[in-house]
Amino acid sequence: MASNSLLSKIATNDGHGENLAYFDGWKAYDRNPFHPTQNPEGVIQMGLAENQLSFDVIQEWIMKNPKASICTPEGLAEFKNVANFQDYHGFPDFRKAIANFMSKARGGRVKFDPDRVVMAGGATGANETVMFCLANPGDAFLVPSPYYPAFYRDLGWRTGVKIVPVDCDSSNNFQVTRAALEAAYEKARNNNINIKGLIITNPSNPLGTTLDRATLTSLVKFINDKNIHLVCDEIYAGTVFSSPKFTCVTEVMKEVKNCNRDLIHIVYSLSKDMGVPGLRVGIVYSYNDTVVKCARKMSSFGLVSSQTQHMLAAMLLDDEFVTNFLETSSKRLARRHWIFTTGLEKVGINCLKGNAGLFCWMDLRKLLKDKTFEAEMVLWRMIINDVKLNVSPGSSFRCVEPGWFRVCFANMDEHTVEVALKRIRAFVGVEFEGNKKRNNAEVFVNSPRKNRWGKDGLRLSFGSATRRYEEVMSPRMMSPHSPMPHSPLLRAS
Amino acid sequence: MLSKKASCDSHGQDSSYFLGWEEYEKNPYDQVKNPTGIIQMGLAENQLSLDLVESWLASNPDAAGLKTNGESIFRDLALFQDYHGLPDFKKVLVEMMDKMRGNKVKLDADNLVLTAGATSANETLMFCLADPGEAILLPTPYYPGYRFDRDLKWRTGAEIVPIQCTSSNGFKITAAALEEAYERAQKLNLKVKGVLFTNPSNPLGTTMTVAELDHIIDFVAKNHIHIISDEVYAGTVFDTTSFVSIIEALMQRKLENTEMWNRVHIVYSLSKDFGLPGFRIGMIYSNNPAVVSAATKMSSFGLISSQTQYLLSQMLSDNKFATKYVTENKERLMKRKEMLVSELKNFGFACLESNAGLFCWVDMRHLLRANTFESEKELWEKVVCVVGLNISPGASCHCIEPGWFRMCFANMSEETLRVAMHRIKIGHRATMVKPVKFSPKWVRLGLSTRSLIIIFRSLVLFLIVSKCHFV
Repeated sequence: MASNSLLSKIATNDGHGENLAYFDGWKAYDRNPFHPTQNPEGVIQMGLAENQLSFDVIQEWIMKNPKASICTPEGLAEFKNVANFQDYHGFPDFRKAIANFMSKARGGRVKFDPDRVVMAGGATGANETVMFCLANPGDAFLVPSPYYPAFYRDLGWRTGVKIVPVDCDSSNNFQVTRAALEAAYEKARNNNINIKGLIITNPSNPLGTTLDRATLTSLVKFINDKNIHLVCDEIYAGTVFSSPKFTCVTEVMKEVKNCNRDLIHIVYSLSKDMGVPGLRVGIVYSYNDTVVKCARKMSSFGLVSSQTQHMLAAMLLDDEFVTNFLETSSKRLARRHWIFTTGLEKVGINCLKGNAGLFCWMDLRKLLKDKTFEAEMVLWRMIINDVKLNVSPGSSFRCVEPGWFRVCFANMDEHTVEVALKRIRAFVGVEFEGNKKRNNAEVFVNSPRKNRWGKDGLRLSFGSATRRYEEVMSPRMMSPHSPMPHSPLLRAS
Repeated sequence: MLSKKASCDSHGQDSSYFLGWEEYEKNPYDQVKNPTGIIQMGLAENQLSLDLVESWLASNPDAAGLKTNGESIFRDLALFQDYHGLPDFKKVLVEMMDKMRGNKVKLDADNLVLTAGATSANETLMFCLADPGEAILLPTPYYPGYRFDRDLKWRTGAEIVPIQCTSSNGFKITAAALEEAYERAQKLNLKVKGVLFTNPSNPLGTTMTVAELDHIIDFVAKNHIHIISDEVYAGTVFDTTSFVSIIEALMQRKLENTEMWNRVHIVYSLSKDFGLPGFRIGMIYSNNPAVVSAATKMSSFGLISSQTQYLLSQMLSDNKFATKYVTENKERLMKRKEMLVSELKNFGFACLESNAGLFCWVDMRHLLRANTFESEKELWEKVVCVVGLNISPGASCHCIEPGWFRMCFANMSEETLRVAMHRIKIGHRATMVKPVKFSPKWVRLGLSTRSLIIIFRSLVLFLIVSKCHFV
């Protein structure tokens, strides 16, 4: 369009990151979404890191506490005050409640100051705000890979901040090392790239692991030595379901000698721990007073709705609820993780040993034709088209080793998990000791002679190995956060 | 150590405008607990019609309890983060926007992008339309407290070049003023990307005339730039027929299927019309698919809470309620404004004739010691400190003429407004023993008596201005 030349560079470039292959799986899901009764052959969404396991706990609390809603007869008296409240400091009780929840999600080992709690438009808004506060256009942040694909957009699209990946691999379970950081830092400097800081996601997305204390300490020492910032995205802190316990950066910051607290910042959100991404609760928590002030002013661009603040203030100041919720959620995540990983193990698929998050980091290197990303793409398209699972290929997380996939397991019910596992079993088509029934792979085999053999004797059933992935461009632009296709919210009345 | 943005002050929060706020925060008026405290008249909020919303909520328990047909939809809401927004919500929003424009336009829900407040909408549009260092033209006076500077400039790196408007023609935009602003931008080596205006105007409280809109359209057509029309006060226009939206102006000139149609964008919000600033409900309406696309993606940084989208979509889809609210709200605003304007007139203060908004643009030039902004500041300090009213000085609105002040009237009870009026009458913030009634008695007073009162009071104020110091 002629008028496109009138738009800004930001509006017309690819900085939003939505043209990544990552979203192809979404399109397939959008066209043909799984439903247990209405569309049992549809694509199962396993690319969405959502926590849907514990809504009943929240719902029960809401029903028992009508006063927390400004719309109920019991809570209506507060309506005017709440509807009118746009102070970017947020309700004091809301900040207190968030500080309380954050603390409990870390086992009470850390106490947070409500006056440092700053709102943002989800963690998306929080990460962008932190970048605006810490870096100028052209500056860079070190980011250990594999990392959350949307960092590309959140950290850099409108801020002009560059990502310098610090590549990690399976040789040491993808742990980021001081040596790797030093190397990346030096290389950047030699290329005249100004590194302003390091951003880590802990617990990690997509790995599903927490950083051990020693590693976290070395990271804090590293940034302290270089006098650069450390941003810890702790959005999955409350999803830790097994040992080792989660170590918050605050715990380490207190132990490192001469640690400059002005360099330490936490990004948080309720979207994963509580499973409420729709409520848009993002938090910037910084130990740097100037950053707190600046982020607070910037929060005007993404304040949490006062209606939501009001409800959550009551909910998260209810200690009994918070304790019960965190315990229940943790147990359910642990169980779901166990069901899924043991189900995979039965067909010889291993995952990185994880103790947190809403996903597994699945090792499918054995199924690759060769050790290339092209082969990873071929395998991935097969998984979408033939196995009909939307999983996320490692390359979309900038993983440097082909063959790893992130599979989400907390955004579905148990029945759907079973269906997914069944399909995977059929796809892999392996006979495993203890499982006498031979998996029926007929559906996926176009020619019995064409079965390929992987390294460890795993036999793949190719339904459409040579079929090219045909993208049908949907006329409607698709959101990377597609809602449930059967949500009543989407049915226009 | 930190970014330039963190250390600079183009968020504007250190302007003197905020000093008035600070004084208010330290000593806020309360009828019972602090009757000599400062009355907040610097906040353009609409608190006049929330009771209507409350009674709707009381009669609609399903929406209140997050239920549809008795079934809880909490889970679906908790998960809903689609940046396209709730379809039902967008549908009722465009219908309401059509209503506010007298149904002379028919907006398309697919062109609407939801954002966390108009604050976010304005910034997002700037990110979409201007690169750092590029400029937009903005008529003065504009949105006080440097808010526009924050929303439009701070993180985007864009520049604002003012279009100077004066009282000589009621602060209307002229073709000459537009040209002059454009030339000034060129001299500063700034590439102009568009014109942004608030219609109805903040702080003037007036709707733009067709002539003004035509000047802008001609200007924009000639220079091939964008129009951003911030219409957040559209629902406060006392008489709907007098409001001409930019979309309607373009339609009147038969420009719907032209290239220019794609360079027009509207900002809206429920914060002013509906008095719900806490809910952060803002939106961008654009005829340009590329802008809709980019803005939609950017809205990820500030989406509207799903529970709030749901609540409002339920409320506004009750057509009877929505119509009743819009009508009743306007009547109350008009009544309140007339009350303030007539009392101010009795005290010798003229207001710019207005037909919208939550404020009056008051002419206090005759009280200035000199025709300077220093003088305006001195007067303002006295009004805050001595008279006890936090009003907004014209300088904070980038007005080029000293002596104009914005006074808000819709963010307080009638009782409080009477107290404020009493203070203006007597020139300081002594406690009112008896509430002053807004009776038409004043009008019936003989001209000479009224003149005497005006002269006496002006003298008192003059004495105070020249003798007191701002503490």
